[in-house]
Amino acid sequence: MSVELRVAEGWLTVCELSSLTPGRGVAALLPDGSQAAVFLDRAGRPYAIGNQDPFTGAHVLSRGLLGWAAGRPFVASPLLKQRFDLESGRCLDDEEVAVRTYPVRTAAAS
Amino acid sequence: MTEPLPAIVLIGHGMVGQRYLEALAERGATATHRITVLCEEPRPAYDRVHLTSYFSGSTPEDLSLVPDGFMERHGIALHLDDPAESIDRDARTVTSRSGHVFPYDVLVLATGSFPFVPPVPGKDAPGCFVYRTIEDLLAIEEYARTRTAGAVVGGGLLGLEAAGALKGLGLATRVVEFAPRLMPVQVDEGGGAALLRTIESMGLTVHTGVGTQEVLTGEDGAVTGMRLSDGSTVDTELVVFSAGVRPRDGLARDSGLDVGERGGIAVDSRCRTSDPRIYAIGECALACDGRVYGLVAPGYEMAETAAEDLLGREREFTGADLSTKLKLLGVDVASFGDAHGTSPDSLDVVWSDSRSGVYKKLVVSADGVLLGGVLVGDADAYGLLRPLTGSVPPVAPEQLVLPAGLGPATQLGPAALPDTAVICSCHNVTKKAITACATLPEVKKCTKAGTGCGGCLKVIGQLLPAAADKGLCGCFPYTRAELYEIVRTRRLTSYREILDGHGREEARGGEGCEVCKPAVGSVIASLAPTLGASGYVLDGEQAALQDTNDHFLANLQRNGSYSVVPRIPGGEITPDKLIVIGEVARDFGLYTKITGGQRIDLFGASVDQLPRIWARLVDAGFESGHAYGKALRTVKSCVGQTWCRYGVQDSVRMAIDLELRYRGLRAPHKLKSAVSGCTRECAEAQSKDFGIIATANGWNLYVGGNGGAVPRHADLLAQDLSDAELVRLIDRFLMFYIRTADRLERTSTWLDRLEGGLDHLRDVIVHDSLGLCAELEALMADHVAHYRDEWAETLRDPERMRRFVSFVNAPGAPDPTVKFVPERDQVKPDLAVLTVGGPVR
Ligand SMILES: Cc1cc2nc3c(=O)[nH]c(=O)nc-3n(C[C@H](O)[C@H](O)[C@H](O)COP(=O)(O)OP(=O)(O)OC[C@H]3O[C@@H](n4cnc5c(N)ncnc54)[C@H](O)[C@@H]3O)c2cc1C
Ligand code: SF4
Ligand code: FES
Repeated sequence: MSVELRVAEGWLTVCELSSLTPGRGVAALLPDGSQAAVFLDRAGRPYAIGNQDPFTGAHVLSRGLLGWAAGRPFVASPLLKQRFDLESGRCLDDEEVAVRTYPVRTAAAS
Repeated sequence: MTEPLPAIVLIGHGMVGQRYLEALAERGATATHRITVLCEEPRPAYDRVHLTSYFSGSTPEDLSLVPDGFMERHGIALHLDDPAESIDRDARTVTSRSGHVFPYDVLVLATGSFPFVPPVPGKDAPGCFVYRTIEDLLAIEEYARTRTAGAVVGGGLLGLEAAGALKGLGLATRVVEFAPRLMPVQVDEGGGAALLRTIESMGLTVHTGVGTQEVLTGEDGAVTGMRLSDGSTVDTELVVFSAGVRPRDGLARDSGLDVGERGGIAVDSRCRTSDPRIYAIGECALACDGRVYGLVAPGYEMAETAAEDLLGREREFTGADLSTKLKLLGVDVASFGDAHGTSPDSLDVVWSDSRSGVYKKLVVSADGVLLGGVLVGDADAYGLLRPLTGSVPPVAPEQLVLPAGLGPATQLGPAALPDTAVICSCHNVTKKAITACATLPEVKKCTKAGTGCGGCLKVIGQLLPAAADKGLCGCFPYTRAELYEIVRTRRLTSYREILDGHGREEARGGEGCEVCKPAVGSVIASLAPTLGASGYVLDGEQAALQDTNDHFLANLQRNGSYSVVPRIPGGEITPDKLIVIGEVARDFGLYTKITGGQRIDLFGASVDQLPRIWARLVDAGFESGHAYGKALRTVKSCVGQTWCRYGVQDSVRMAIDLELRYRGLRAPHKLKSAVSGCTRECAEAQSKDFGIIATANGWNLYVGGNGGAVPRHADLLAQDLSDAELVRLIDRFLMFYIRTADRLERTSTWLDRLEGGLDHLRDVIVHDSLGLCAELEALMADHVAHYRDEWAETLRDPERMRRFVSFVNAPGAPDPTVKFVPERDQVKPDLAVLTVGGPVR
């Protein structure tokens, strides 16, 4: 199984599902030079959001820890610990701020 | 036909009036009486005590004291903006300004005070204000909008509060106080001096010992300045009078009720006036002890007393203390009991530090009874001291006011207070009533404690049982220490098992969170050898628990790069090793810095460089310095007996031994240590979690110190130890700390929190009072026996190495946003490349 993100150019394969550790993320370089953070939750569902932490500018969200708030997964930025909902990209600690999200799916390797 | 209900008319809907209504409602008296309230102000009762918080964002609605629907629920008729104008005691009626006539069976006067304005010329000019109501504040705010300078007449409690508000409105502010010091009623000379220094350092101008003679006005009639009693004049465009309050007893006077010589409606211990059908409560009343109380707590007690009396129950109000705690302009000030030491033969205990603006005085009697005190600059102890007033405190009173680390470190917890101690003076609530509740909301609801000035909240928090939710986070109802015990006794090594089996109901089956994951990860890591788990913190599921630092075995820095710190035990390093560090730094373009802990820090490595850097360091014999972990960081040392002419023991050898013994030890907080070769203390051992100072006879062991934001000197735990004794005690100390501390709790705060403090610690780890020591030593022996260098392990395993890439889909590519620019012959992060592209709003 591979993990694919939808970007402007279409579905982009980023890695094998097996290279994701539940509860952790990886960063992926996108064709336009931007970066996505891809995560796997405990139930085996993948998520993808922008990798840049809007509070510090550093591209580090993929290195945060996952958690659960009100039954939804979030990632906590490893720098100043703000939390971002993995489904909506909204920051749970500052409602003015959000990061982008990417549609993501797993597909049998072709 | 049924009898009409007896009628109660309440005049004045201020803080005490509202409290009276609540007291009636609580006792069911609202159902058996018809209640009418006449309110002069355009809004129902609000929290006057927190009036000033209007300027820091509270709205008038936030300040309201009347719960939604309260009047309707209890059938109370409230007439806003319609003050009582006269009382006819024969006809038993009250006439209001709108001309309504209200008959009463019982009349309650709660008319409060009015601010006293000294009769100086110009006092009514536009630009002159008082500070009492929300309407006053609105008017001041409006007027200040176009002005730049303000003055407050009166340097008492309220005056300083008003001055803070003016300053907050952006006015250059001065305070003019007639007495020779600020807050003359509450604090003594020393306290006044500390207060003065602090307030002046905030940019306010203070004139003491002078009165206001005249308010000067300009052509348009508005305020332009003031002439003072020493003949000088000052410029100001706005004047707030805060020169004391006078009871509003006019209605009572006019209707022939007794009033005091200096004002106030005279009442007896049941709050009845000279007419038994009429009560007076709050600031308008002259209590039977001959005092008019300008504080809310005694007013509340009068309200309760009058309500009980109405129902024919026994209750008396015979006086109250004048304790106050405030946060004036951000300065803590508290005074309680006999603050001025007026009791015969009373003695003072004074601690004063003019550098930091701290002044503390306790007044005690010859036989040790605490009578009162003044605290300026640091009023933390107020919550405990006030309830102890009138009794002999269980520890010497000076120990309660000395800063931590100075003097013997006995800490008195609220547990030491007697059940009858009054914890909340605003609502007269005892410790017993508070400990009967389980949670803070419950305390507030059942006892009202904590809902007044809030000065008691800290102590209440300490008194509440576990139900005050000491849980680690939203996922676990347990503290870190409790989780440690669960993990240890059940031999659990999987976070999921722990969360699903012991987490809160709603968190089970979930992801956990960023708070408990690293905490549980650390507990498992510190117990790993004992549990039979892999000590390697990145195996399997453990990998998902670690902070990014632990995950990459390096410290994340602000631009997303990492720093690398090889261990240099005791700070001793060979020239060859120094050269290797230099070469590695040069080859990878890293910034180098000698740290405060005798290490060399290499900054600016990208994720994909880490393995290559470490490969070279490990090759040269270096190990991970655990600078990224909540673990032992460094054991600093001086050169000791070997080189130094003063040294009496080999501090370098000892530092190296200790560092190698405890390297890799995971703890609730990072740990630092140091060893000095003699009492000159060149290694600064007393500012460390555990510090060792050589003596002619061996080693002295100090524990619980730290630098950081709140420095604390370590306490001497044991003296003249042999090498083996020293190591044994440290083993026990560290393991006891790891076992019982909270998440991210330093040894210093842990020690301060430990019930019984240092003495208890000594009992446990020196005298083995809990019979724990063998176990603690065994845990440490396990740790020492199983230590392996994390970097060496990582480099050996290709599977583990796979995570050290910047991009999962481009393993060779470095992260283009991690860039550097030159500074002082080295590099620093190029933050320009990180300018945020604009978050999605
Ligand atoms: C800025 C400020 C800060 C304070 N800080 C503290 C503090 O930290 N701690 C503390 O203990 N105390 C503090 N106080 C004092 C505290 O607010 C009073 O002690 C308390 O409000 C007294 O309550 P009361 O009901 O007696 O009077 P008030 O709250 O003044 O209420 C009296 C009400 O009666 C009304 N009234 C008067 N005459 C009539 C009439 N004829 N008909 C109808 N209504 C009438 C008035 O308009 C007023 O609304 C502070 C006061 C102020 C102004
Ligand atoms: S602490 Fe004593 S032994 Fe160590 S360097 Fe200083 S003076 Fe010398
Ligand atoms: S002491 Fe004021 S709220 Fe408790």
